Amino acid sequence: MALRQKVMAFSRAMVPQTISKSALKAARSDQSALIFRRLLSTTNPQAQNKEVSVTFIRASGEKIEAKGKVGDSLLDVIVNNEIDLDGFGACEGTLTCSTCHLIFSKEDYDKLPEKPTDEELDMLDLAYDLTDTSRLGCQIILSEELNGLQVRVPATINDARS
Amino acid sequence: MSKSGVLLNSFRQFSSKNVTPKVCVVGAGPAGFYATQQILKVKPEAKVDILEKLPVPFGLVRFGVAPDHPEVKNVINTFDKIAKDDRVQFLGNVDVGKDVKIEELKNLYHAIVLTYGAEYDRTLNIPGENLNNVIAARNFVGWYNGIPCDKNLKIDLSGEDAVILGQGNVAIDIARILLSSVDRLKTTDITSHALEQLAESKVKRVWLIGRRGPLQAAFTIAELREMLKLPNCKTFWRPNDFTGIKDIVANLARPRKRLTELMLKSLDEAPHDKRNFDKEFHPIFLRGPTEFIGTSNIEKVKFSVNELEGEDLLKQTAKATDKFEDFPCNLAVRSIGYKSKLIDPNIPFDVKSGKIINSDGKVEKGLYAAGWVATGPMGIIISTMNNAFKVGQIVSIELDLSEDKGGYLDLKNLLNERGINVVDYHGWEKIDHEERKRGKSVGKPREKIVEISEMLKIALN
Repeated sequence: MALRQKVMAFSRAMVPQTISKSALKAARSDQSALIFRRLLSTTNPQAQNKEVSVTFIRASGEKIEAKGKVGDSLLDVIVNNEIDLDGFGACEGTLTCSTCHLIFSKEDYDKLPEKPTDEELDMLDLAYDLTDTSRLGCQIILSEELNGLQVRVPATINDARS
Repeated sequence: MSKSGVLLNSFRQFSSKNVTPKVCVVGAGPAGFYATQQILKVKPEAKVDILEKLPVPFGLVRFGVAPDHPEVKNVINTFDKIAKDDRVQFLGNVDVGKDVKIEELKNLYHAIVLTYGAEYDRTLNIPGENLNNVIAARNFVGWYNGIPCDKNLKIDLSGEDAVILGQGNVAIDIARILLSSVDRLKTTDITSHALEQLAESKVKRVWLIGRRGPLQAAFTIAELREMLKLPNCKTFWRPNDFTGIKDIVANLARPRKRLTELMLKSLDEAPHDKRNFDKEFHPIFLRGPTEFIGTSNIEKVKFSVNELEGEDLLKQTAKATDKFEDFPCNLAVRSIGYKSKLIDPNIPFDVKSGKIINSDGKVEKGLYAAGWVATGPMGIIISTMNNAFKVGQIVSIELDLSEDKGGYLDLKNLLNERGINVVDYHGWEKIDHEERKRGKSVGKPREKIVEISEMLKIALN
């Protein structure tokens, strides 16, 4: 993967106030730290504070409601709300695994402002239960328009048990 | 032991409710950590001890994942959290089968999960395999990633042509390392001995040769895309290898379809690619190795020209014709897969496939296997993760807690009696700290320590 794309992917997940501690640690030591700081200083603090509600639906049907802020990725929402999904987000939003795979309704999928990059599709190709409306949670950034979004978490070991 | 302790212990023998489940995991790689995580989730009262042959944890995440893929190693943050859990003990530098037998572990634990991976490489068993500079991928990877036993690997990079036999992601990693500029590698955690030799490397062309066709290629798309974008390197395909493929690509399932489309796109674009390059990457299909030829050093590899047969396009097998093709080279790397080692004669083991005999992870009562040692060396971390979660769950459900077990304390005593220097997780943290410190002074995330004696000195100090 080209470094530019990596940095882009990385910085998209690196929106202030919402990053996990380990991601923050990584950002500090990473080459993209500069970009990270730039983002920090230019992001509009007003919009960031807007809460967005998201519902994650396990394959078992169980619904988990969570809140995130504008600018958070769906992976951030899961990490920040400590939603218990085994193995979710293994590479911490760096586009090198497919563990944050989420499934959208056709309608929501088409509405998402950014289409998946080749690199995201490459990772999705390795995901379990891949669908035509699959995306990686780390690449979906919350906006006010996404308030009330419902996404499915693909069948995992969690559901097999219940 | 205090009086109340004795009382408590004898009470435990009568009430399985008060028996703390004790599980031993053998091998501190992804399968070991993910199995541990799952066991603790299903049985929060359990204690899990992770045994590791080397003084350092993380298995193939440290020793397999390529140095220029640092993001993949972020899973270490999860493993670190698991290892620091109060219910988990890391016991490094413990060689199960030698320092402690499986039978002994069975007496000390309610369950054992074998997750020690696949450390041997498969051989081709063709003439000339022992010539100089015919190298196993496993050793080559160990050499650039710092596996202690591979630090002195004799490898000669003074020739221009390298042949890699096999087309999996390990083969691609090796091709990429051979074709990368040193500038690209010097800020990674690649070993200094590998970096020094790669800086002097004369390798110009890498031939990645597979027995079957493009539709059966084992590399994944992200790895291929990275090769196609590698600076200063151009990819060459043989148009003949793709005869008829354009006509069927639309009917393939998405992952195979996208991979095949990327190859076809690269094939079409190659004549128009005007970038500067002085290195070449040549994926070659439908050639099966029959002989390594040379006097003392490898000089060329002889291949049969293969045809494909079988109904299912994606599962077609290679059949040799009576035609041959030679590929001259100065280095040949065999990357046709790994197999596991039998560490203790009491483990049911299939020598041919190089795996522990198991059914969905279960080997026998109280004994389980997960990850590559159970499934064979296939797939990426997510496949190992899912497998280890599944096995971890079965282990937790099947625990027989009818009697108390000695667990960590008794094992520690046993190992002490035998003079084994156990490295605990704090000991690893000291090694980690030292490696990062050394790396910092040379602009790398870490400089891996490759001497076991040196690791022990730091950890046990």
